[in-house]
Amino acid sequence: MTGMPLLSLAIWIPILGGLLVLATGSDRNAPLARSLALAVSVVGFAVTLPLYALFDTGSSAMQFVEYAPWIPRFNVNYHLGVDGISVLFVLLNSFITVMVVIAGWQVIQDKVAQYMAAFLIMSGLMNGIFSALDGVLFYVFFEASLIPLYLIIGIWGGPNRVYAAFKFFLYTLVGSLLMLVAILYLFMEAGGSFSILQWHQVPLGMTAQSLIFWAFLIAFAVKVPMWPVHTWLPDAHVEAPTGGSVVLAAIALKLGAYGFIRFSMPIVPDAAAAFAPMMIALSLIAVVYIGFVALVQTDMKKLIAYSSIAHMGFVTLGFFMFNALGVEGALVQMISHGFVSGAMFLCVGVLYDRMHSRNIADYGGVVKTMPKFAAFFMLFAMANAGLPGTSGFVGEFMVILAAVDFNFWIAAIAATTLILGAAYTLWMYKRVVFGKVANEHVAQLEDIGAREFAVLGFLALCVLAMGVWPYPFTEVMHASVNELLRHVAVSKL
Amino acid sequence: MNFVVPDFYPAAAEIFVAIMALVTMLATTFLKRIGRSLAYVLAQATLIGAAFITIYTMDGHVTLTFSNMFIADLMGDLLKLLIYFAVAIGLLYGRAYLADRNMDRPEYFLLALLMTLGMMVMVTSNHMLTLYMGLEMMSLSLYAMVAFDRESARSTEAAMKYFVLGALASGLLLYGMSMIYGATGSLEFSGIAQAIYHQAANKTVLLFGLVFIMAGLAFKLGVVPFHMWVPDVYQGAPTAVTLMIAAAPKLAAFAISMRLLVFGLFELAEQWQSMLMFLAVASIVLGNLAAIAQTNIKRMLAYSGIAHIGFMLLGLLSGVVDGDRHFALNAYSSAMFYAVSYVLMTLAAFGMVILLSRAGFEAENIEDFRGLNQRSPWFAAMMMIVMFSMAGIPFFIGFFAKFSVLQAVVAAGYIWLAIVAVLMSVIGAFYYLRVVKVMYFDEPIDSAPIHAPADVRVMLSANGLAVAVLGLLPQGLMSLCAYALIASL
Repeated sequence: MTGMPLLSLAIWIPILGGLLVLATGSDRNAPLARSLALAVSVVGFAVTLPLYALFDTGSSAMQFVEYAPWIPRFNVNYHLGVDGISVLFVLLNSFITVMVVIAGWQVIQDKVAQYMAAFLIMSGLMNGIFSALDGVLFYVFFEASLIPLYLIIGIWGGPNRVYAAFKFFLYTLVGSLLMLVAILYLFMEAGGSFSILQWHQVPLGMTAQSLIFWAFLIAFAVKVPMWPVHTWLPDAHVEAPTGGSVVLAAIALKLGAYGFIRFSMPIVPDAAAAFAPMMIALSLIAVVYIGFVALVQTDMKKLIAYSSIAHMGFVTLGFFMFNALGVEGALVQMISHGFVSGAMFLCVGVLYDRMHSRNIADYGGVVKTMPKFAAFFMLFAMANAGLPGTSGFVGEFMVILAAVDFNFWIAAIAATTLILGAAYTLWMYKRVVFGKVANEHVAQLEDIGAREFAVLGFLALCVLAMGVWPYPFTEVMHASVNELLRHVAVSKL
Repeated sequence: MNFVVPDFYPAAAEIFVAIMALVTMLATTFLKRIGRSLAYVLAQATLIGAAFITIYTMDGHVTLTFSNMFIADLMGDLLKLLIYFAVAIGLLYGRAYLADRNMDRPEYFLLALLMTLGMMVMVTSNHMLTLYMGLEMMSLSLYAMVAFDRESARSTEAAMKYFVLGALASGLLLYGMSMIYGATGSLEFSGIAQAIYHQAANKTVLLFGLVFIMAGLAFKLGVVPFHMWVPDVYQGAPTAVTLMIAAAPKLAAFAISMRLLVFGLFELAEQWQSMLMFLAVASIVLGNLAAIAQTNIKRMLAYSGIAHIGFMLLGLLSGVVDGDRHFALNAYSSAMFYAVSYVLMTLAAFGMVILLSRAGFEAENIEDFRGLNQRSPWFAAMMMIVMFSMAGIPFFIGFFAKFSVLQAVVAAGYIWLAIVAVLMSVIGAFYYLRVVKVMYFDEPIDSAPIHAPADVRVMLSANGLAVAVLGLLPQGLMSLCAYALIASL
């Protein structure tokens, strides 16, 4: 089994499957497109399972490595591999894709084949980003993934979708093109190599490190998104269809954070250390300020979008304290946020499909008509607020612990998230679900069907499992995180 | 003085095209009834035949003939093959369009052949006079083609503008050539290079000459600030002719830039590089900014073309750094790769404009692409590929073109230039995205299905797919460009 190019399969099965769905499915034959997409996504997820099962947790080296020359003219190689940091994201991504395909089953009636194909292709590209070990390969996947998301927001999005799609695309493009210049510079400095692992070893002066750090920072900060370049996210989330929001929150936001840990920290460790206070400050602003912003939102999706920014602030905070607990906590938080925010957006999607409104004020008393849904929503809301026993708690707790070790006041500020998160999530939950039945539309709501139950159920299992027993997740990343920190501690000057 | 019969063999393809052009002229005069299809078939056959001859006579060596006025080398052969290809595709895409407008007269195909011949002479020139002769042959054919729609005031105006400004540019070029001749005593590129190398030339005269040559080249390439004719001519000319102007001549212009600047004036590289730097930055900035404001897709593509040529110049200007010629080959081959990629994309883009036009209807505005995804998902996807490729988004060839040029720029140490270029690409992405938006996010106004002959559909699909496939596997074309330059320099 190890002989199989598992990572290539994880990348190309969804992409080729997506093209197949495009080729066979037309609007007249939507059921075929749906079933085919489901089959492809399930197979795509299945091939990633051995990645976890066969993963050697004792090693920090890249595993499942594939290597072939791609563009020898510039020494660009098709070099794939995962370590303990990236392997979980490949699984998460493939899993979320299955959920998204099922979630779009009935809701999407227009251009079904194109919808499914866009998500499948994007899933393959995302797997490519997480497993690329060549700078150009990474960049190519990173940029190409903009195309499907642009189309998803623009074609199936809400009333202001065009604005949101452009904003999303151009914001991200500015960052990533500057990263391209940095990549080309590193290519020269590394003596004509695009290998990321080789870049980790290249000595660089402080000026060069700072400039590269900034180039990467702009690219990744936009993706995360960090305050103050976060403004595209609420727009994109609000306008995107449910599936788009799920993928955006669960996977796309992780790309930025992953970039920090794969590029910024190991390639320019001295600059990363020098700018760490700034990064921590920005992260705390995201946690506190954006937490308050979330509190006053009237639109459910916008509220969850802001809460995502706050949660991602925790992730960057965890990274830039440079200790193992913090980094592992941040990684756990990333995965947990993948499940929880995805689930939250799906919950809003469930309501939106029935009421065509995301306004909190239009709801009230949903529990009376949709008890099963309310139970799920409750669980995810609690996880979003960081309730112990759910996955949301684990990462936040680890990061706060690490922060106490690092600096008490940073920990104190970061811990306000426990209050703020609970405040905005539960207040929203209360207004939507409890109270008197607000209007006759709510009174006529139907509870979730089997398909929705299955999707939310799977996610609920993940959230609970990770909250109760996070060891299988941390075990995988342990060796790689330690190795990373050991590497980062050594100056390159 | 005794006359030596020159070696005709290296020029076999040029001679073949010249003869076939005359044959076409005669045959269509005498066979009036089938003249139109005959001219088309003969033109395509000529291009295919020329391709075979070029491949057959290609040997990878540098051969001079006609008293060193003519050079046959691998770079020239490769560019000629690409020119045949671009012209053939242009004729194929344009034929039905021209027929609908009663413009598919034999003269059109004859002019196309003469234009091709002109470009071939440009590509293989080793002498100022041959270069100029080829340039004029191409330009005069193009002027006539732009004015081919005799009833249209706009296309006549475009032709006049093109002609007057083109003549001015030729004048500038010629004046510059005469100064170089005055300074070096040679019209032959290798002679010029030697004279400068031995410092036998008066530097002041030489630099004056260089400035005029650069101005003339800039006119022909259509870069800022010598770009004024480009948008008007692109818009005014019949779309089939716009396609001809936008594609193959860019390859020929690249070739003469190489011949003049690298083969002839390489010793002055630092001087012309700084001029090119100004031209390139101005073109990238102005081209991208002006393209945003356009509602006419031909004008938009014109401005985007200006920006693309600016990008190509970035490759040409990164060859020599502080006297170090280490990077020259890498830089020039990246520029060549850029030119080839641009031609491939531009063919597909104008091919799509032609595809959407039909008898009595010009698909000229970006709005005409509205809802194309619902009318024809396949061709909408092709256009999307081309637009993303032009914006420089992977996995398409346009990305690797930008990538290789930027790599050369960064290698030369011009990091600021790379940053300016990428920031302008973001602005450029906006108007390409707008075309995608119009096709995918908007509802169609015009729900007529797309009518096009099968050959156009097949070729256009192949063209769009080539943009994608060469983006997945760019190695072959990239190393071909590099190899051609190694063998020629």
